[in-house]
Amino acid sequence: MSIAVFAFYVFAFAAVASALMVVASKNPVHSVLFLISAFISAAGLFVLMGAEYLAMVLVVVYVGAVAVLFLFVVMMLDVDFVEMKQGFLQYLPIGGALAAIVVVELIMVVAVWAFPSDSELALAHPSPTAAQTVSNPNGPTNIEEIGLVLYTDYIHYFQIAGIILLVAMIGAIVLTFRTRDGIKKQDPAAQVARKRDEGVELVDIPTGQGLS
Amino acid sequence: MLEIGLGHYLTVAAVLFAIGMAGIFLNRKNVIVILMSIELMLLAVNINFVAFSQFLGDLTGQIFAFMVLTVAAAESAVGLAILVAFFRNRGDIAVEDANLMKN
Repeated sequence: MSIAVFAFYVFAFAAVASALMVVASKNPVHSVLFLISAFISAAGLFVLMGAEYLAMVLVVVYVGAVAVLFLFVVMMLDVDFVEMKQGFLQYLPIGGALAAIVVVELIMVVAVWAFPSDSELALAHPSPTAAQTVSNPNGPTNIEEIGLVLYTDYIHYFQIAGIILLVAMIGAIVLTFRTRDGIKKQDPAAQVARKRDEGVELVDIPTGQGLS
Repeated sequence: MLEIGLGHYLTVAAVLFAIGMAGIFLNRKNVIVILMSIELMLLAVNINFVAFSQFLGDLTGQIFAFMVLTVAAAESAVGLAILVAFFRNRGDIAVEDANLMKN
């Protein structure tokens, strides 16, 4: 058993086991941590497939941003999570049955599909396949190939992705923004518009009586 | 069996997708775990895209996986923001009680 095969099975079982624990664990904080583990395992699978750049992006974006966001929200919301786990066993039969049906269907699709041979692939696609990339280590790397097409052929998709992220950012800010009453903060306009009569009061105090 | 091919990756992705789908059914009360299950399903889809991209020698699949990644990040950000706003208004995140539009 070569190292690549061994690594594939390690990452695959780690990903599946982590995904199971995401669904099954009682504490949502543990769910988030297992989600991070699942993403790192998937990044390992991506590296095995030769998609190094996407693997690193997966680690940076998901582990660094999305999972931390989940962790932040789980810890910020003061909710009784144990009580939320009540319906778990009640929905286990139908959920498990549906999952089993879907996984059997998908694996049957894989099993009956005729995989094209390498010579057919070479005719259909001039760019190198995984096997050819491994046999030619001096060829362009994955990130070079992606950079060559992402900013030329797919430039509009790239910019649409940027717009989607901008809209999501503005949406998230607008949704969670709130103006709270009773907060002391500076109002420059009120300061500038202030007149001397409103701020200073001259009182003529009679001698020996004081101010009541 | 000792050679890892496209079918192996597709099988892993199928299992991950099914687990994510089951998670939505099993954790119907907990919106946070539902969002995490959706992330798992999108991850399975990404594994499929990258596997086909690499084994067919076509980079389009990896570019599409980037787009899926972008949309997934945007979706989780907006979803969690909605969750926070919901929690502020109601004091809990029980989705079963979210029937204001029905009554």
